[in-house]
Amino acid sequence: MIRLVLLVAQKDLLIERRSRVLLWQVAPFGLMTLVLCGLAVGPNASTQAKLAPGLFYIVMTLVALLVINRTSQLEAARGTATSVQILGIDPGAVFLGKGLAMFIQLSIVGSALLAGTTVLLHVPLHAAIVTVPVLLLATATLSLAGVLYGRIAASSANAGTLLPALALPAFAPVLIAGERAFSSLITYGPLARWVWLLGVSLAAYACVGLLLYGALEES
Amino acid sequence: MKQLTRRALGPLALATSFATFVMGYFVTPPDKVQGELARLVYIHPAQAWVALYLSFGAATIASALYLWPRTRSMVADRVAASAVEVSTLFIGLTLLTGSIWGRPTWGVWWVWDARLTSTAVLGVLMLGYLALRRANDDPQVRAKRSAVFAILTAVNIPIIHFSVMWWTTLHQGATVFTENRHLKIHGSMAWTLLLSFIAFSLDFAWMVRARYRIADREAGQRDSELDAALKARRTESAS
Repeated sequence: MIRLVLLVAQKDLLIERRSRVLLWQVAPFGLMTLVLCGLAVGPNASTQAKLAPGLFYIVMTLVALLVINRTSQLEAARGTATSVQILGIDPGAVFLGKGLAMFIQLSIVGSALLAGTTVLLHVPLHAAIVTVPVLLLATATLSLAGVLYGRIAASSANAGTLLPALALPAFAPVLIAGERAFSSLITYGPLARWVWLLGVSLAAYACVGLLLYGALEES
Repeated sequence: MKQLTRRALGPLALATSFATFVMGYFVTPPDKVQGELARLVYIHPAQAWVALYLSFGAATIASALYLWPRTRSMVADRVAASAVEVSTLFIGLTLLTGSIWGRPTWGVWWVWDARLTSTAVLGVLMLGYLALRRANDDPQVRAKRSAVFAILTAVNIPIIHFSVMWWTTLHQGATVFTENRHLKIHGSMAWTLLLSFIAFSLDFAWMVRARYRIADREAGQRDSELDAALKARRTESAS
């Protein structure tokens, strides 16, 4: 199972390494959105710092949508689904493998965006550093949820517009928990329940994905 | 018996709804603190019960039945779709009556309260479900993806339920029971509240049944149109 998971993740990452979509399209989009958020908030540094966690997670969510869409397109390519079926790969392994690949991609972009947020929106450096584990947890949740929602929207008419309609509302709890946790780290507020919420969401998506991804592959 | 239950459902739903209106408007006294405004308690919690628990519970169970190979049938898919449509309507009504209550109580039509926000998010998810059903023409593909989406959405239901405890917000706490599971309201108010839950549950069943029949007939019509088109094509190629 683990070997298959790594194999699927490796395949997606290899495609990404060759196409460089993450580097030349997704990351610049994220950074540009962050700059636009800074412009929309205004030049006041304390306001920017106060709103930074929320803006950061909004940008992360939008970036996640792009990555999900990209991953779904790869999977929707002609013959891919048939190849997976012929090879008899466990759907659970495909789900986790794609989730792992997406997690790695989102973590890279997320780290760059966190650095950008720290500089552009005046987040205290200590808060930005200690929020990394929370960010990784939120990214893992977004990735597993993203694989599922991406597969649901894939191959449908207007998949590009359907995906945000399906995924964005479902990402709301992750956004809330991530933002609250980040804010708590800045203001030294309570953190545990937000981490717990993210953990529960991650576990729920992992369970549902392992159980139902096969049904989506069939269709 | 089955036929009788089917026929009785509509009149029963109407009768209990009317009785709730009469009891809630004319029989029960105004609240000591909230006055006449408290009469919304005979509508709003029952609507929320139907929107968030009953209809979505039905949709989740029907979706699970569809995904389970032994119980897979288009009946389950149509029940799920009908329940989600009704759920969407009731989520809208829940938010509307909540806003009507919120304006004089909180001074605003909308607050970023956890329960309100989560309910609105669930409403948008339901709209996503309906959009998903319209994006796929193949009935089997549509049914399967919709079923998975419904189960994924069910993950959000506990978040809504527990959100009041997770976030400290403006929303009124539990209306019916205290934390120790004791009734908070009594007498005619309690009976009317109970009646409202029964009435709205019957309304839900009636609406789902009506929507299911429409979906069933639509599918039948599609099949007969397809058969007619195939027959015409065969006749055309034969001549």
